[in-house]
Amino acid sequence: MNFTYLESLNNGLIGALTANPNVYLIGEDLNDPYGGAFKVSKGASYARPTQVISTPISESAFTGLGTGMAIRGMRPVIEIMFGDFITLCTDQILNGATKFTTMYGKALEVPLLIRTPMGGGRGYGPTHSQSIEKMFLGIPNLTVVSPSLGHNPGNLLRQSIENITNPLLFVEYKSLYPKKLISSDEIINIREVENPEKHPVVLAKNFTSGEPDVIVITYGGGSEQLFEVMRSLAIDEIRIEGVLPSRIDLKGEPPWWFDLIKTDIPIIVAEHGTPGTTWGTEIASLLYESFFSTLTMPIRRLSCADEVIPAKVSLESSMMLTSEKLSQAVIEMLG
Amino acid sequence: MNRLPSKKKIFEKMLLIRKVELKLLDLYARGFIRGTVHTCIGQEGCAVGVISAIDIKTDIIFSNHRGHGHYLAYCDDVKGLIAEILGSSEGASAGVGGSQHLHNNNFYSNGIQGAGVPVAVGMGLAEKFTGSNSVTLAFLGDGTFGEGVIYESFNLAALLKSPILFIVESNGYAQSTPTHLQHSGDFGKRAEPFGIPITIIDGSRVEEIIKITKKIIQDIRSGLGPQILYLNTYRVAPHSKGDDFRDQDEIIRMSKLHDPLTPLAQEINKLEREQIEESIELRIQKILNELGINL
Repeated sequence: MNFTYLESLNNGLIGALTANPNVYLIGEDLNDPYGGAFKVSKGASYARPTQVISTPISESAFTGLGTGMAIRGMRPVIEIMFGDFITLCTDQILNGATKFTTMYGKALEVPLLIRTPMGGGRGYGPTHSQSIEKMFLGIPNLTVVSPSLGHNPGNLLRQSIENITNPLLFVEYKSLYPKKLISSDEIINIREVENPEKHPVVLAKNFTSGEPDVIVITYGGGSEQLFEVMRSLAIDEIRIEGVLPSRIDLKGEPPWWFDLIKTDIPIIVAEHGTPGTTWGTEIASLLYESFFSTLTMPIRRLSCADEVIPAKVSLESSMMLTSEKLSQAVIEMLG
Repeated sequence: MNRLPSKKKIFEKMLLIRKVELKLLDLYARGFIRGTVHTCIGQEGCAVGVISAIDIKTDIIFSNHRGHGHYLAYCDDVKGLIAEILGSSEGASAGVGGSQHLHNNNFYSNGIQGAGVPVAVGMGLAEKFTGSNSVTLAFLGDGTFGEGVIYESFNLAALLKSPILFIVESNGYAQSTPTHLQHSGDFGKRAEPFGIPITIIDGSRVEEIIKITKKIIQDIRSGLGPQILYLNTYRVAPHSKGDDFRDQDEIIRMSKLHDPLTPLAQEINKLEREQIEESIELRIQKILNELGINL
């Protein structure tokens, strides 16, 4: 039961392939025994050999390939080896897959799912460590989903593969792959709140009664730092409520889970990725728009630095969102 | 094997495309059309030749920014096309897509150079997986050979044996730039390393295109993998609207050499030709009246 993020995704992916012969997995180096660079796809080609297409290094073409297959009734899952490489697919996503859904004046189903790992923390250096999903958060007809350690990533992946009618970008965090999923324990209480669109929000608390001192809103890879800080500050009885949405695209409307947020408490919006025009800035802006009259405390944003992600470990952590930086921000918010 | 359509029928289809596009240019000049109009005047033989050779019910077409001819040869939806370009909600794409974004049954188009090519390879593959026996056609131009994604797509198509025919309408120009100023080497050899057979013919010889395409489609349908049909043609009209800086002598000389209508017109008697022309003009006029356009 106590799966890692990676094992959960692997189960969800193979489950989706096994359940529906129209699901195809497409990407580089997928064939077993190698099973894809990060092993989310491991065992897929053994289990469903005719549904796995191991491709040449041609991200643009195989994203287009998947789009064509999706238009003609298949449910392709594209694996992009590193999130950084999704720039190579951008034309196909922006000017192709997402446009086909509405640009012919009638609805056309394009059930294309693209999954890719973002983030640093593993020493891959500047072109293999970024979190660039912010570039994809405002594209019409593109849903972006990123599970945290508090979610069930495999279920979320499988449900997305099975239910989508429009393209979906599924952002995994490579730093989370080896981590155990978090469930409630003596320090942290986890509650998953469902919504009709099946993009659950996880609410996490490091206290049992009363109001939090600080609310931290984050997603995906940010959950690692959030849970570490919740544990370490529980000792000092600093009460943190974590809010972890799984759907992160924003189209100018407040997300449904804003109803779950108390507005008279300081809020930190934390994320990986470089600062400037980000998920966090949009969330902060929407919070001000939605709750201006009831906000009594400041909203603070945290992200990685405005620089490349270095390879050397000390330099890398100096640029990234770390537990230390999040912890310090929480303490500063308490005044 | 299906018989070839009659000369009269082929001529009629090509003339319909020609007359519709001349009318579109006229409408543009009079301010009825926003955006742009990429016509295929001079290239009608490619559209009608290739599309006359396929199974309209089951085969798939992925067209490009210069797709009016392909669209009309596929579905004869003159009103849907004109209405779309006029920006009417009665248009083929309800006024959303405009000239470059058309969809009707198994016909799709997109305005990004080369971007539709991998999508078409995927459509072909999906049909192969479902065992439908359909062949997919992807139209591209010589200018499209500047886009890297088409080489990725050639490789994938050959590797996965996608049942697809790439049709290259080589009209000598990419927008305003002649081919020799933007491409090195021999186009005929560009797909050779991928093991994709290429057939190079004159794009104005419609009946030959139909015969050869039928044979190629048959091979692809039987599982032999992708092929390229390379059609040498000439774009008589400007890239779009009226912005043409080409040498007028060249246009006249090349039009004489490559106009697909000229050789067929000589094989149809004058009376029949005039009847065809008149009925097409009446049809277009009726559609314009229905759309409330009074010239």
